[in-house]
Amino acid sequence: MTSLPTTTERKLGLVIDLDTCVGCHACVVACKGWNTVADDGAPLSDVDAYGPDPVGTFLNRVHSFEVTPDDGGAARVVHFPRSCLHCEDAPCVTVCPTGASFKRAEDGIVLVNEDDCMGCGLCAWACPYGARELDLAAGVMKKCTLCVDRIYNENLPDADRVPACVRTCPAGARHFGDLGDPESEVSRLVAARDGMALMPECGTKPVNRYLPPRPRDVTSDERLDDAAEGSDRPSGFLGWLDRMLEAL
Amino acid sequence: MHPAASVIVFTTLSGAGFGLLAFLGIGEPAPTGLRAFWFYLLGYGLAVAGLLASTLHLANPRNAIKAFREWRSSWLSREAVLSVTALIAVAPVAFGRVFLGQDWPVLGVIGAALCLLVVFSTSMIYAQLRTVPRWNTPLTPVVFLAFALAGGAILAGRLQAALAALAVLGCVQLAAWIVGDRRFAQAGSDAGTATGLGRIGRVRLLEPPHAGRNYVLDEMAFRVGRRHAAKLRILSLVGAVVLPGILLATLGTGVVVTAVAAILHLAGALASRWLFFAEARHVVGLYYGR
Repeated sequence: MTSLPTTTERKLGLVIDLDTCVGCHACVVACKGWNTVADDGAPLSDVDAYGPDPVGTFLNRVHSFEVTPDDGGAARVVHFPRSCLHCEDAPCVTVCPTGASFKRAEDGIVLVNEDDCMGCGLCAWACPYGARELDLAAGVMKKCTLCVDRIYNENLPDADRVPACVRTCPAGARHFGDLGDPESEVSRLVAARDGMALMPECGTKPVNRYLPPRPRDVTSDERLDDAAEGSDRPSGFLGWLDRMLEAL
Repeated sequence: MHPAASVIVFTTLSGAGFGLLAFLGIGEPAPTGLRAFWFYLLGYGLAVAGLLASTLHLANPRNAIKAFREWRSSWLSREAVLSVTALIAVAPVAFGRVFLGQDWPVLGVIGAALCLLVVFSTSMIYAQLRTVPRWNTPLTPVVFLAFALAGGAILAGRLQAALAALAVLGCVQLAAWIVGDRRFAQAGSDAGTATGLGRIGRVRLLEPPHAGRNYVLDEMAFRVGRRHAAKLRILSLVGAVVLPGILLATLGTGVVVTAVAAILHLAGALASRWLFFAEARHVVGLYYGR
């Protein structure tokens, strides 16, 4: 069934800290690695990997944006990992004609049953976030599984029962947990840091949240003015120098 | 959006085919014998050729049969179910007219309604997508239905209906372009909402996540079409509406005139459908600065 569950027992998802992310792409590599060697489903293929036009399937991509504050402060770079947000109202699920796409009632994870996927690509069109990529070798849709084959895997040590991207992040910028439980660590992070939903106007109700970069320290305007060329009334040493030079 | 040839051919041809079957269904015209055979062959041929073309863009067609399962939630599945239902529902009427010289008007009307529902469900596959604001408007099904009715009326040789449908088509097509041009801005998504960083300031892509292309860019950030959009719109409108209208109005509905008018109309319809995809911007482009 590609109808959505009305509620899910848990809302497993990621909280990504844009203040801490250093844009190293380790999460991209770890994700690609785990989902290529894992037992379930087709591997994430590369086509023409060593040729002039390489193209491959990834479930996570890191963009870098420049943000120029509205108040005129200095521009800053924000690294921005982008993957499936496991939306509560996931349009990718309801558009699927074969029933391959589904959202689990027990934990809210959005998955693709590759045995049913016909590779029409409509789910990728329905997703505002570009989270789904059709694997060009296997001809089936691939997406973040929240490492469903790790998080419940009793053969792994406790520390490894988190998504590969979270486990590998050297900056500690990725957090995994139940966003449906207001007492969970991730929910408290979201509450404390005013976590953001992406493109809320698309009505998808994403589960994943992004923590905005913390405000930067602002250099006082006075000292900037002092240093600025053509400044009207410099103070301190510069002011003294200015007056002395003028008197000469 | 990437204008896949198979999807453009499919929606255009099957639209005209189902349009013709709808006109035959309501008895406009109601031919019998060999004449009915040619009419139904054309209608079925266009509809089925279109449906077959649509399977060409599937990456894993061996699962295509499963597309009939999720009609409760999926417009694509509804389209699959409805198209097969419509083709089956039209069959007894076609059989009666071709082989028995009989006409069953009630069955015919039911078949006609189903044919139009197929076109509607096709259009809803696109109109439902909030990610493509240009498509996400009631004008999308209106334009698809207008194309089906105009193409069907021309092929059916119904002069009055064809001229009326062409006039309506010209108006709704223009409306769809004018409204569509503003839809992306109206929908309110920009790099600021896509990243959430708009609350801090102006957001600009500094470095894309990968140097080459990928599926998302190939499929949803297609940019070739927008350069010649204005010229193509004129060509499309002239081919699909103006020339067939003038031809039919001045020369009537003889076989040759109808054939020329239909070919011109379908060529214009193909151009319009190509623009429908090529001009449509998907919000995911915002993550890539396009």
